[in-house]
Amino acid sequence: MTSSSTGTTTNANGQENLLEVRDLQMHFPVTSGLVFQRTVGLVKAVDGVSLSIAKGETLGLVGESGCGKTTLGHCILRFNKPTAGQIHYKGEDLTKANGRRLRELRKDIQMIFQDPYSSLNPRMTAGQIIGEPLTIHGLAKGRTDERIAEILTLVGLSPEMASRYPHEFSGGQRQRIGIGRALAVDPSFIVCDEAVSALDVSIQAQIINLLKDLQRKLELTYLFIAHDLAVVRHVADRIAVMYLGHIVELAPRDAIYDEPLHPYTQALLAAIPVPDPEVEMKREHVIIKGEVPSPLNPPSGCVFHPRCPIADEKCAQTVPELREVRPGHWAACLKV
Amino acid sequence: MSALLEIQDLQTHFQSDMGTVKAVDGVSYDVEAGETLAVVGESGCGKSVTALSVMRLIPTPPGRIVGGQVLYKGKDLLTLTNDEMRKVRGQEIGMIFQEPMTSLNPVLSIGKQLMEPLIKEMGMTKQQARDRAIELLASVEIPDPARRLDQYPHHFSGGMRQRVMIAMALRCDPSVLIADDPTTALDVTVQAQILELMKQLTKQRGVALVIITHNLGVVARYADRVNVMYAGRVVERSSARAVYGDPRHPYTLGLMKSVPRLNHATTEDLEQIDGQPPNLAALGHGCAFQERCRFAISKCTEERPELTEVLPDHYSACFVASELGSKPTHQPQASTS
Repeated sequence: MTSSSTGTTTNANGQENLLEVRDLQMHFPVTSGLVFQRTVGLVKAVDGVSLSIAKGETLGLVGESGCGKTTLGHCILRFNKPTAGQIHYKGEDLTKANGRRLRELRKDIQMIFQDPYSSLNPRMTAGQIIGEPLTIHGLAKGRTDERIAEILTLVGLSPEMASRYPHEFSGGQRQRIGIGRALAVDPSFIVCDEAVSALDVSIQAQIINLLKDLQRKLELTYLFIAHDLAVVRHVADRIAVMYLGHIVELAPRDAIYDEPLHPYTQALLAAIPVPDPEVEMKREHVIIKGEVPSPLNPPSGCVFHPRCPIADEKCAQTVPELREVRPGHWAACLKV
Repeated sequence: MSALLEIQDLQTHFQSDMGTVKAVDGVSYDVEAGETLAVVGESGCGKSVTALSVMRLIPTPPGRIVGGQVLYKGKDLLTLTNDEMRKVRGQEIGMIFQEPMTSLNPVLSIGKQLMEPLIKEMGMTKQQARDRAIELLASVEIPDPARRLDQYPHHFSGGMRQRVMIAMALRCDPSVLIADDPTTALDVTVQAQILELMKQLTKQRGVALVIITHNLGVVARYADRVNVMYAGRVVERSSARAVYGDPRHPYTLGLMKSVPRLNHATTEDLEQIDGQPPNLAALGHGCAFQERCRFAISKCTEERPELTEVLPDHYSACFVASELGSKPTHQPQASTS
């Protein structure tokens, strides 16, 4: 990556980076006591993450619960103010933006949530839900209804549905409304946080296809947060694997699946069953032991070492750097 | 070989403001000793309600088992008294539920919950029950079982709680274990651990395992035979190999094509099944899938296809099953009689 004078950077292919996260840390204090709250510990949800996303690209961010993937998404949207580090969006540091400027920037960065049931206000109609961000940002004045109809059509619903309430829609249709709400303000960057994981297989495919279709039509850039590596393979151009607040591997999509370097990525891939009995019979089922440790008290050295099949004493002491092992393929492991 | 558990034409209906919801509408399947059977389908297809009906755990009202038989070792469970049924649960048929967070009582220690039925149902003394409970926790690979016994559910992680649930389901040595989506709430690496553990324990003890799931990968890895359910009915049944390799129902075919695969490098769009599952309170006369089906013919709107054998040991409930695969199917029998 090279820095230019304007603050924007480019990646290896010369594409402009839309978003660049540098050494981001998000620590949450754990307090004790009723009146005088003392800080008794720190949850290092995100601990030194760096990544970049080029314009028009989809970056998949995978990991198990508690690895910090959602917190990273929230930091980019500035739901949380990061403890340290920078988030450059179109050359501007989001961590320093405040007030009016932050609101302007948020128009450009939107989010699609996981749960299509709890992320829509049950007392608002689909039209009101999609129309609200337009009012907040003062967009489409005088032609709000027209814009709502346009958005509903775009996400595969019919404009007549604007007057219906969320409970009248199925899970897949609700997720379409959630997507519509994100698209209403015409953003260029969308954080999809587990956007399809609550849906049934046949509906999931519809929404994945819709997201890909919208990306082509509207030239969107996605950060696609998910725990399902099979889904991510279908949407992402590059994939970052997170474990306990750290990125352990970052590579182009096919490289992650064909030549995973980090033992954690290998374990994740081995744990996911492939929907084909013929393939499953030939696969070796090596399953890693244990569960993800508490981020309140993470292991020393490499955070994965207690569960790692190839770890030795050195791994318990030295924190591995994320380094470029092959062109474009980064891994944080002392053994590769 | 006769089946250990045989469900015949089971019908479970729920009364709602919208009318009668036929959640289970004539489901038949059987499980043999020692095998792993998968029941696969999407939300609302009736796979869980079928299992709850077998255990007679349907809340009445609004639900009611209106027809069919559940034969366990030749005895119809639906005719048993409540006391007799209580003995069947746990001692004959064990069940693991989807949510390890909500299926344990938060105010009782794990030990108390494990030991209670051992004392009440099996007539053990407190000490015997405690020893057995420690043994059970050790068998599901919970470290330091003697200490863990006195802890409460909130001390356990999701994966550990599901291990406790498995220990509970197996505590009275049942011969059938029904697992209703046992791993959906868990992380992938933990999910694999739990499934491997279940497979290993059921194999060791010769327990028949029924896995109810929506995850086609889990079915492919663990199941011997598969039942695919849609809108309260079984639409396809065969060995896992045959269902995945040569699906003979348009719904199964659609599912197989719409599921994202880890081992396929493709940037193309997934093939999707259009539309939504039907309203179970307003099903028509025809096939429940016909509105979403690419192969539907006029007959599909008028008549409901029954599950018939289209290839040796391969059943499909579809009029056009023969046109879906590569191999020819049995000729439909002419209705002359």
